[in-house]
Amino acid sequence: MPKVSLTVNGKPVTVEVENRTLLVEMLREQLRLTGTHVGCDTSQCGACVVHVNGASVKSCTILAVQCEGTEVLTIEGLAAPDGTLHPMQEAFREYHALQCGFCTPGMVMSAIDLVQRNPQGLSDREIREGLEGNLCRCTGYHNIVRAIAAAQVVMHGKAKELPRAVE
Amino acid sequence: MGYEGIGASVRRREDLRFLSGRGIYTDDINRPHQAYAVIVRSPHAHARIRGIDASAARSAPGVIAVFTGADMAAEKIGGLPCGWQVKNKDGTPMAEPPHPVLAVGKVRHVGDPVAVVVAETKPQARDAAERIVIDWEVLPAAATIQAALQPGAPSVHDDVPGNVCFDWHLGDKTAVDAAFARAHKVARLELSNNRLIPNAMEPRCAVGEYDPATGDYTLWTTSQNPHVIRLLMGAFVLNIPEHKLRVVAPDVGGGFGSKIHHYAEEAIVTWAAGKLKRPVKWTADRTESFMSDAHGRDHVTEAELALDDEGRFLALRVRTLANLGAYLSTFAPCVPTYLYATLLAGVYTTPAIYAEVKAVFTNTVPVDAYRGAGRPEATFLIERLVDIAALEMGMDRVEIRRRNFIPKDAFPYQTPVALQYDSGDYHRTLDEALKAAKWDTFEQRRAEAARRGKLRGIGISTYIEACGIAPSAVVGSLGARAGLYEVANIRVNPTGSITVFTGTHSHGQGHETTFAQLIADRFGVPMSQVEIVHGDTAKVPFGMGTYGSRSLAVGGSAIVRASDKIIAKAKRIAAHLLEASVEDIEFKNGMFRVAGTDRAKSFAEVSLAAYVPHNYPIEELEPGLEETAFYDPKNFTFPAGCHICEVEIDPETGEVEVVNFTAVDDVGRVINPMIVEGQVQGGVAQGIGQALFETCVYDEAGQLLSGSMMDYTMPRADDVPYIQVGTAVTLCTHNPLGVKGCGEVGAIGAPPAVIGAVVDALRDYGVRHIDMPATSHKIWRILDAGRQRLAAE
Repeated sequence: MPKVSLTVNGKPVTVEVENRTLLVEMLREQLRLTGTHVGCDTSQCGACVVHVNGASVKSCTILAVQCEGTEVLTIEGLAAPDGTLHPMQEAFREYHALQCGFCTPGMVMSAIDLVQRNPQGLSDREIREGLEGNLCRCTGYHNIVRAIAAAQVVMHGKAKELPRAVE
Repeated sequence: MGYEGIGASVRRREDLRFLSGRGIYTDDINRPHQAYAVIVRSPHAHARIRGIDASAARSAPGVIAVFTGADMAAEKIGGLPCGWQVKNKDGTPMAEPPHPVLAVGKVRHVGDPVAVVVAETKPQARDAAERIVIDWEVLPAAATIQAALQPGAPSVHDDVPGNVCFDWHLGDKTAVDAAFARAHKVARLELSNNRLIPNAMEPRCAVGEYDPATGDYTLWTTSQNPHVIRLLMGAFVLNIPEHKLRVVAPDVGGGFGSKIHHYAEEAIVTWAAGKLKRPVKWTADRTESFMSDAHGRDHVTEAELALDDEGRFLALRVRTLANLGAYLSTFAPCVPTYLYATLLAGVYTTPAIYAEVKAVFTNTVPVDAYRGAGRPEATFLIERLVDIAALEMGMDRVEIRRRNFIPKDAFPYQTPVALQYDSGDYHRTLDEALKAAKWDTFEQRRAEAARRGKLRGIGISTYIEACGIAPSAVVGSLGARAGLYEVANIRVNPTGSITVFTGTHSHGQGHETTFAQLIADRFGVPMSQVEIVHGDTAKVPFGMGTYGSRSLAVGGSAIVRASDKIIAKAKRIAAHLLEASVEDIEFKNGMFRVAGTDRAKSFAEVSLAAYVPHNYPIEELEPGLEETAFYDPKNFTFPAGCHICEVEIDPETGEVEVVNFTAVDDVGRVINPMIVEGQVQGGVAQGIGQALFETCVYDEAGQLLSGSMMDYTMPRADDVPYIQVGTAVTLCTHNPLGVKGCGEVGAIGAPPAVIGAVVDALRDYGVRHIDMPATSHKIWRILDAGRQRLAAE
């Protein structure tokens, strides 16, 4: 079986995989990083989104062997080592942008990439369109959009602290 | 630490684990020496199994075993039970054909499980499953209600000729007929309620384990009600005594009703784990979810509303055909009957109602509860019919509703369809919604949209629903084979922290936060001192789980009752410690105080005394501080409200954009407004999904055409607007918290508001009604026909 060497959440790993093994299967089954979820089998739901070399990728739609030499970031690697949440994680909590939590890891990883790709800032409409690849069945997206709109302010350095949700 | 008690939008405690990838969903659980199961499913809607050749699969790499329905039948494994028996009009019981775990003899829907392959790895199991050869005799299928009721239709079950499961009715036919005979006008409507596929984001999963040393079985499963699964699977399917069976529902990624039911795969992995003496895991692919999770809705209805000359409702007559799918799912029979026809009074004083419901087997996936379960079907019918009535009477849609509302001084209000509403103020939710939605200035927005070339419409729905299921004796008399109380066990630890074991289950609702707020409020302790435990039959007393927006109304009431018992006992301990009479002890803000003095003991001091009873009234009081309460509700609760939707239609494409949505709901007392708003917004999004996008499609042969997320349109972020949510509270009068329930109001109230808005936008095209979903294709055809008609004139 082929071996694939890559960096996952900052740690170098080498994993023996089948040719057909998907990145998400390697993450979940072999590295036991179960924060990345599988919600569909047609690349529609985005629960499996991780970052590969800084860009969001549906890890159900890329083979593990394609990730040789890459840097992969999953939801487990997002917070600072001291546990400080990424502003996007913090915003999701502050704005109640999650309910069952199943779509959340993929939603957060997509949202971070979306914000990073748009340093000029995004309107609510653009955030909604930018979430085209992620499904949530619980929230109606309302609070997800608000959370991303708030997080981008911090991520772009326009505010030090996350704007609080109105009570 | 800010205020954490009732009414505070406390941020959720469960979020940290979900946001950092540390949630433990069933598929995240991996047991030592675990094997993997893949289910072989029927590709046919209806076929006889002439033979199964599993030899090539059995010899495939990594395969441990292959089992078929015959293997299970040989061990006398029972069929999946149904938890509710509905009776026919003549009093005879419904048809209740067997529902084998793995198909025996024939299959009845695409996705019906036929065999299971267990292998060392999932890819090996999947590869081997491909090698199973089944000799099929394909039979003609009855894929829709109409097809199943045709004379000479194929019989889904050979012993249920005509495919009718039950023919049921409710209400006073004579009174209704008399009212129609003297009606000034009759509004009529034929409509369907589109079949939906729930699609919780987490696909179902089950892990079974058997310990040969003890004989204990454990099942981890994606369930809303682990005790119900333990009872049904243990007692009716696998014959495992309950004390040897533990069912755990860990973090569950959404349910919406679809994870209430006892599914075949739970029994398969548990049974296989026992046979093979190894843990066995099965995880659904989304494709499997589409063809094996219970679907929702699927009604075809004719309804008539009789009115007097002032637009007052005299009587309602309803005939509904309900699709049950191929087998009776766990609670299927109650959904189109007691959760549907009992709601047909709506918020109106309609004095006479008669409903007939014929429930039909078809060669499709079983149909059961999906968010709202019966109440969305009732609400859509009533609210659409009221709009039609307004049209026929030449009345304003708001005015006809006002004229027929149950007035706020009429409670308790007995409807003609069995329910007694305890409280409500429908004028107030209406008024507040009209104001918030700027109903009065809508025509300006319509004109402004017209200048942009858009057709703008507004729709309204004033709904009611029934939650907090349910008084056990009442539902028992209606056919429920279960009690529907809830349980709470409160364990005060020696140092004064509190562990609450609840029989409800949280799969997105945020109970770990809300229930902790409730405890913080009752005991005056910080939330950090409270732990909420749920979802494990080894830890929690026998509880009924979460569905029907019952958790706070029933489960929260049990917590209150258990709290009361704790406080009563703690007061006696405090009285002893303070050398005072128990009648003089007050408990407030976490302190037991002798009234009118500064002599006090903290909750923690009293707790410690209970567990270190050195100075303790040991002759009259047991040590310890732990209490259990089982709460059986006195009635259903009745959330109600008003939803207003505004849409714009692009006449070129027929595309509908929901531009404004306003919901004002009376959900009773609100514990955490942030969570309530989130529940309503999520429910409304599902309601918009039903109204505009979602529908399950079978072809005539019973093939599931909408079998993936590429074919079944789930609402995405750019399909829904910001959803403006308000509450206007009247308290429930019969539970200790005054709460009603908020989980389903969105999915119940929204669809008729959306469709009302679409119809209003198309008012110049002669449209009275559009069945859901109002897709752009459907609307474009209406617009195109209108344009052609205009061109011809």
